[in-house]
Amino acid sequence: MNILSKIFLLVVVLGLSACGGNQFGAGAGGGGGAGAGAGAESNPNSVAYFNETVGDRVLFEVDQSTLTAEARAVLDAQADWMLRNMEFRAVIEGHADEQGTRDYNLALGARRAASVRDYLINRGVSDSRLTTVSYGKERPLAICSEESCYRQNRRAVTVLSAGAGA
Amino acid sequence: MIPFKTIIHALLLTFGALFAPPAAAQDSPGPLRIEITEGVIEPLPFALPRFIAGSGSADDAAADITRVIAADLTGTGLFRELPRDAHISSVTSFDSPVQWQDWQAINAQALITGSVTMEGGQLVVRFRLFDVFSEEPLGSGMQFVGPPDSWRRMAHRVADNVYQRITGESGYFDSRVAFVTLEGPKNARLRRLSIMDYDGANLQNLTDSRSLVLAPRFSPDGDSILYTSYETGIPRVYIMDLASVRARPLEDDALTMTFSPRFSPDGRSVIFSAERGGNTDIYVLNLQTGERRRLTDAPSIETAPSFSPDGSQIVFESDRSGTQQLYIMPAGGGEARRISRNDGRYGTPVWSPRGDMIAFTNQQDGRFHIGVMRIDGSEERLLTSSFLDEGPTWAPNGRVIMFTRETAGADGAPAIYSVDISGRNLQRVSTPGMASDPAWSPLLR
Repeated sequence: MNILSKIFLLVVVLGLSACGGNQFGAGAGGGGGAGAGAGAESNPNSVAYFNETVGDRVLFEVDQSTLTAEARAVLDAQADWMLRNMEFRAVIEGHADEQGTRDYNLALGARRAASVRDYLINRGVSDSRLTTVSYGKERPLAICSEESCYRQNRRAVTVLSAGAGA
Repeated sequence: MIPFKTIIHALLLTFGALFAPPAAAQDSPGPLRIEITEGVIEPLPFALPRFIAGSGSADDAAADITRVIAADLTGTGLFRELPRDAHISSVTSFDSPVQWQDWQAINAQALITGSVTMEGGQLVVRFRLFDVFSEEPLGSGMQFVGPPDSWRRMAHRVADNVYQRITGESGYFDSRVAFVTLEGPKNARLRRLSIMDYDGANLQNLTDSRSLVLAPRFSPDGDSILYTSYETGIPRVYIMDLASVRARPLEDDALTMTFSPRFSPDGRSVIFSAERGGNTDIYVLNLQTGERRRLTDAPSIETAPSFSPDGSQIVFESDRSGTQQLYIMPAGGGEARRISRNDGRYGTPVWSPRGDMIAFTNQQDGRFHIGVMRIDGSEERLLTSSFLDEGPTWAPNGRVIMFTRETAGADGAPAIYSVDISGRNLQRVSTPGMASDPAWSPLLR
């Protein structure tokens, strides 16, 4: 178990640094970045560990819903975690940046959420444990009107909740 | 900053002989009329003496009604009120003869007179419109009767009549706007549905701010609205009866996202987008039978559908070509033809109530524009330009468009604006705070 999670951690850190090492946790209330690795995160079966260490979100290119190599690495780790923690379900939230019309961004966010869900299912997570929702551009995480913020907002976030999967 | 593609700067009003050189105008006055066409325009000067109050209790109402009529007319950009202290004549009785020379001397082209009385507990508003240079009434005198608290609507009805008699187009003042009121910072916005008169008066909130709500749309009779709410955690279309402020889900059993709804012109069905497996297509729901039918079936995004006023066609947006563009298909589904052909991305098409134009949002080179085009895609004009303009909605007469304009940055905030379809008369619509997603009602009945 110990060895497993160490290997696992390595993969995740790689994935995160490839994403540019920005502060992923700003929205979910986590103060520390992915590297901080303290507190409840020390329990590898905790939601905090999933959110902060595994990485609860992946980012997308402008107007795209295809998963980047970095995103796939994060999702591999998410799938592994979900397969080890069967009591959790997840809602995958798709989001878009503000550069687009409201309806289109809702549809785009749905595409992004579905990309993540489909990938997790392919990695063995039961579809009965996964639902999706799109917030379009209505729930930005970063609020400046520049690419540095937009890139953080073009995201799909895997939000865990305890509850029996099938 | 990009150059505007085709922003027509002027709405055109010719006033017939009235706008000939002044000397000629004196010699041969023409009928009082504004032709809303293309060209350069001067607002038509009108005189509006305070309506005569028939009794003490109608005094405030007379002042308020006169003020609202003036605001309606001048707000169009087509009319200019001559200040009351420039008036030579004072009107002391609704039935006294018009002193033509006094109004001609200050170059008033239209004169509106009226009275406000209380009769049997009802407010009675009478008005007459005169063509000053022809020295004739324009149309008959009219009167409106209603409860005292409907004085604003009566003022709007007077203004609608004046507008109609002079432009030949129906008015739009006796109408309402449903929209979204927002509060809080950009990353924690609370929203509620609200409704107000077209001019911002009589604001009423329709929902609390517990659930994220989006994009209300009026029924053809103006009695109910469709909107999208996250009440259950996913976006779903709801229908609200405005009189009772009661809402219910459009479909009981929709398990995936539904959004972007609009009524059919007969009010019997609703078109909307539904998502399935990440793919968004357009569906129609028969409100009588509850039957849902799929109208598009493509792996691309199909959304923002809007019926033609005769109900025979649907304009919508799709990224099937690789970017968002506008298409028209038969109301029953089937082959769609692309109508947008210029630069950038096109979304949120809305068919004009007159049937001849489509308003849309255009996005190019990092700017957003509200524009209009003919239904075959020709004669495209971009009317506005800003960091973020989107979501046009038509005035009941198809001459004015409201839309959402949002400013950039961490402090960026949305507000509602209106603009003529000529691109003239851009104005911010008065709302108490942040506002977005306007939907203009039909004329009230």
